[in-house]
Amino acid sequence: MSNPEGPSQHRSKKLEVKWSRTWAIARTELRQLIEAKDFWVPMMILGSIFFIFIPLVLLFAITRISNVDAVQQISETIKILPQAAQDSVQGTTDQARAAYAIAVYLLAPVAVVVPLTISTAVGASTIVGERERGTGEFLAHSPASVHEIYLGKLIASIVPGYFTTIVGFGAYSLIVNLIVGPGSGGWFFPTNQWWILMLWVVPPFVALTLSLVLRLSARVKSTAAAQQASGLVTLPLIMIAYGVSTGSIYGSLWPGIIVGALAWVIAFLTLWRGMRSIRRGRLIGVADGL
Amino acid sequence: MSIDESHPPTRDAASAVVLRGVDQSFGDNPALVQLDLTVPRGSITVLLGPNGAGKTTATRVITGAIEAQAGEVRVFGLDPRVDGEAVRRRCGVVSAKPALYDRLSGRANLGYAAELYGLGRSVEVDDRISAAAHRFGIESALDNQVGSYSTGMKTRLALARSVLHEPDLLLFDEPTSGLDPESSHAVLEMIHDMTHGGVTVIMCTHLLLEAEGLAEQVVVLESGSALAAGPPAELISSFWPDAVVRLDAANPERLGDLERFAGVAGVEIVGTGMEQLAGFDGGTASSGDEVARLPRTGVDVSLSDPKVLPDLVAALIADGIRLTRVEPRIPSLEDLYFAIRRRHVGALERSEDGGRRLQPRGATVGTKVPPPPPPPGGQTVGAAPGVAGSGESTIV
Repeated sequence: MSNPEGPSQHRSKKLEVKWSRTWAIARTELRQLIEAKDFWVPMMILGSIFFIFIPLVLLFAITRISNVDAVQQISETIKILPQAAQDSVQGTTDQARAAYAIAVYLLAPVAVVVPLTISTAVGASTIVGERERGTGEFLAHSPASVHEIYLGKLIASIVPGYFTTIVGFGAYSLIVNLIVGPGSGGWFFPTNQWWILMLWVVPPFVALTLSLVLRLSARVKSTAAAQQASGLVTLPLIMIAYGVSTGSIYGSLWPGIIVGALAWVIAFLTLWRGMRSIRRGRLIGVADGL
Repeated sequence: MSIDESHPPTRDAASAVVLRGVDQSFGDNPALVQLDLTVPRGSITVLLGPNGAGKTTATRVITGAIEAQAGEVRVFGLDPRVDGEAVRRRCGVVSAKPALYDRLSGRANLGYAAELYGLGRSVEVDDRISAAAHRFGIESALDNQVGSYSTGMKTRLALARSVLHEPDLLLFDEPTSGLDPESSHAVLEMIHDMTHGGVTVIMCTHLLLEAEGLAEQVVVLESGSALAAGPPAELISSFWPDAVVRLDAANPERLGDLERFAGVAGVEIVGTGMEQLAGFDGGTASSGDEVARLPRTGVDVSLSDPKVLPDLVAALIADGIRLTRVEPRIPSLEDLYFAIRRRHVGALERSEDGGRRLQPRGATVGTKVPPPPPPPGGQTVGAAPGVAGSGESTIV
């Protein structure tokens, strides 16, 4: 089939990005999200459940529990952890050690699931949404390059998920230190592994996921289809990220650093390829027979 | 065919837009087929055509929103496929849907456009936004969410957005779509006012009344090709070189054989009841179908010379015809549009039948197309691509 947007030799291969326009696109997207309470209220609830409600209930129950058998059972599960992780568990009592292990090791995947879920939800609709609302026509006729549009959309998709995660992470740290800290020798959270997870491992996984989601968003016919397809694509990534996050927490610092570096490389490659998937024709729905 | 192989680059300083041999298809559906179009600088060009004629695709190709698959596209001498940003900076577009961000305020929508078009964010830009909103009468609603705007307000906001960066070329794709007559009239007046500063305007519409009086040049599109292009007056005079007068009478049956009078070049019967007479050539009635041939609402009489009208009227009265109407008739853009399309359909039928089928004359829409004279500067089917420029009309 012929390319509806003309011969490729005329398409600019150069990466031309004016950051002022990129930020304008990202900012406008974010302003629309802020105005969309029906979107961000559920997302805030999701973040609150994972970062505040579940840890609060779980850790409070463990540190205040009177059922010795239950605590001992939880303590037994600590033995499943790698030796290095077991050695680092702090606490003078079984309750304190169990709470420490849960706070540091078992809830780590939360830090991955929340940003991936939120960013995927935003990213899935970002390009197909422009097409559905008809605003893609405005963007297609504007001087903004496809690279600027792509990067603007990418930033706008990353920010809500990562912002929620950072805020949630702060709240989680506070809860852990206030509830578990007294029995574990004072404030200890975040640990070094958590810093690496949050600042080095999670961001590239979010970027990697979004590179796929944005490509889907550019190609599918409707937001609903984008959401469904994104769910299928990101589920395996969430599982991988889940494994990586727990691995980076359990082990020493290096596995996390190496995995994070690899994720960054893959993320940059997929983002670069994803950038080429955006065409003006896809913003107005004439490419790919849309 | 690859781009630019068949056409040398165009550097036409008098033209804002030049399209030559442009092809564009979506899958198996051709949207533009060897489209030729020249838009003089500072003119208002109206693209006319039914849905699917290629009007919107043509505007998209002009700004580079879609890259043409073949042919040459030049906008102010620039190729949008190569210098897309430079071209789009000089264009302001209002699409059929206003393409506004409903969750944002009108001011935020305009601010966003200002940033994308390189105006940035400053007090001067804020002033410019306020001035644009004031110009289009939406200043008081500027801080409201666009979702709360009426259709007319949205169109006004889209118009304000299109001129915010002071473009040299404005492209309006059915800008009055969905508007009530009053709002449509206001929008068309605004468009007309916008061109006073020498801005070039291309407007797509299938509403002929909108184009009437606004268009300095019309381009009639059909299936992605230009059937005719040129100033409306030139096209009309090429289709109707003779003066036309509409006559009606209290005894209309007597108007059937006017060709016997001196100075009458042709007669076309107007009105209901004649549509079924495909092939009727304005001759006298014969028994059997006499009732069907009676003119119901008069006849259009082509005069070889307008000066014969007083003598003709006197002769008709002397002949017992009780005239109730004598009205010099200037064909409208609507007449022109349908005449062009009818000729195109006729040409298609002739080519399909090898020229064996007789062509119906007039009768179907109230106007009769005389045997096509070679239009001034015009070209015929199969000739070299017709490029319509200022003061030049082209009929394909």
